[in-house]
Amino acid sequence: MEVKLKGLTKIFTSKKAEPVYAVNAMDLDVPSGKLVGLLGPSGCGKSTTLYMIAGLHRPNEGRIFFGDSDVTDIPPENRGIGLVFQNYALYPHFSVKQNIMFPLENVKDYEDPKTKERRRYTKAEMEAIVFKTAKLVDIEMLLERKPKQLSGGQQQRVAIARALAKSPRVLLLDEPLSNLDARLRLQTREEIKRIQRETGVTTIFVTHDQEEAMSISDFIVVMDHGVVQQVDEPQKVYDNPINLFVAKFLGSPAINILDGEIVKGTLMVQGKPFDKGYQTDGPVKIGIRPEHFTIDPKRPQQLSVDVEFVEHIGRDISFVGKATDTTNKLRIIVSSDFREHAQRSTVQFGIKNFFVFNPSGARIK
Amino acid sequence: MLEHKRDGWKATIALFPAFILLTIFILFPIVNTVLLSFMDNFAWAPGAGLWLFGNTFDLFPSLGNYLAVLSDPTFIDALWNTILLVIISVPLSIIVSLLIAVALYNIKALKGFFQTIFFLPYVTNGIALGMVFNVIFSKYDTGLMNQILISLGLIASDSPINWVGADGATKLAMAVVLIVYFLWNGLAFKILVFMSGLASIDRQYYDAARIDGADRKTIFNRITVPLLSPQILYITITSFIGAFKVYASVISIFGRGPFNFGGSTGLTWVTVVGYVYRDMRTDTGRAAAGSIVLLLIILVITAAQFAISKKRIHY
Repeated sequence: MEVKLKGLTKIFTSKKAEPVYAVNAMDLDVPSGKLVGLLGPSGCGKSTTLYMIAGLHRPNEGRIFFGDSDVTDIPPENRGIGLVFQNYALYPHFSVKQNIMFPLENVKDYEDPKTKERRRYTKAEMEAIVFKTAKLVDIEMLLERKPKQLSGGQQQRVAIARALAKSPRVLLLDEPLSNLDARLRLQTREEIKRIQRETGVTTIFVTHDQEEAMSISDFIVVMDHGVVQQVDEPQKVYDNPINLFVAKFLGSPAINILDGEIVKGTLMVQGKPFDKGYQTDGPVKIGIRPEHFTIDPKRPQQLSVDVEFVEHIGRDISFVGKATDTTNKLRIIVSSDFREHAQRSTVQFGIKNFFVFNPSGARIK
Repeated sequence: MLEHKRDGWKATIALFPAFILLTIFILFPIVNTVLLSFMDNFAWAPGAGLWLFGNTFDLFPSLGNYLAVLSDPTFIDALWNTILLVIISVPLSIIVSLLIAVALYNIKALKGFFQTIFFLPYVTNGIALGMVFNVIFSKYDTGLMNQILISLGLIASDSPINWVGADGATKLAMAVVLIVYFLWNGLAFKILVFMSGLASIDRQYYDAARIDGADRKTIFNRITVPLLSPQILYITITSFIGAFKVYASVISIFGRGPFNFGGSTGLTWVTVVGYVYRDMRTDTGRAAAGSIVLLLIILVITAAQFAISKKRIHY
């Protein structure tokens, strides 16, 4: 099911403070059957967007479409969505089986496959669906347990099973991995990807962890202050950030930011010409990813770095230091082939790729 | 070790005042009552107080008082009256207060106003409430309840209902007043407890239930009530105990003295505690036996409630 958001706006008002635009005129097109990550720092409006798609929050403006049908005014229970809450919200007094079965018990208009009559599910049908769904998320042996008797990862699976029980048109996940430990997080994100592939359900999830979003999403939507910054495949967003915010938000270790200045069309860094062909003079920020440094005197862009310390991390060497004659901190990762350079206090690096942003953060190169 | 020893010593000192008070006012009276209940022909000597020493009684303990109490038609009456009031008023008041608490919790406008209204009985003196009810349920056609019934056309204006009068009020009419009173008087505290219970339920369960397509009735029955079960158990047990001890509100409604429980005999709605108080001076041993019988009934019911709750309560 394709999900379309048109001019979606959510304003939170309070008596004391100014109204806050949690989500501001958001347009988004989620193609059917894709896994999309809403990514941004806390307070960027990603969870609010998710809850508007779910129907738990009403937008102040804008429309939400599932396929061609406008669902903006349809209550959550009739939207055909499944939602996995951040803390799972499993009913503590129900067993795992009862938790997964609960959405099915509430269905009143199940279409009988033979007679085409609208009716409730029979007990046997519900049991079959529960077992099938539980098997999909690999918890069929835990059906009689109470949520308290499960680990965090198992609770997560139960929550996903409950969300999938009604075969939703759209699956929504709020920070699905944030309550899990590091090891389980890796495992679970692959699991989410697998479940999404097997069911083919259009899935939208919210996260503040860029690595999580990049690793499993077909598309990522980077948001800041209620505004969509960039929508694209994860690698494309990483390789081609639209502005300084996106460049800084994606990537670990984070992108390096250098101060530069354009003088008569020439970009100056460390008082030396760095690049040519610019329109407007003035100060700029230059973004260079840690892996875009190399040691190659033939590169047109060169940067001298005062090394503070060096970490040998197996395959790579990581240099931490400052660009010579500046206060800009840098983290540089190069192949361990260059290990002899680790002895020097000042190293000359060639630059493979860089971005240039104007003072307002927009990308100019 | 030393630290522990000193802490234990300090704790003993800290607990001592409470321990003394509990011994004098709780433990001793219980023991004394149990002893009294086995003493025949207890005669209260002037100035001796209600304890064994200084008073005269048959030296050999016997079950005479228990036999007397259990064969006393007034005590059996009192027992049935009490059980009837408990069985009707306790479940009714729990259900009504639960519904009001859920409604209050979900409204936005005038929430504070309604909370105050429902909390008023809690901060009002019980005897004063009884007198107010006496006015509301006056036997004359000027009484508030009779006026309402007349204006609704439920009764004729020349035949007002005699609710609590000594002259011809039926036992049923009196029961209506008593139950309305218990219900209203007990609401405040129950609503307060249920509201605090509701506030402790994570709102996400309700969001989840909405997504899962549960209607209001299903949410109430399958989410709210189970998640409120600790509060419901607490209220059930304390209400049962409180209702079994009913006395002051009954006499305040009839308003004709401490041992008048309505009707021409003054015994129509006599309760177990009322029976005990009435006979305390004239037949102390029998009154003590009556109170022990009540204690046993309350113990058995509370134990049963705990046993049932083990399976049904989700903490």
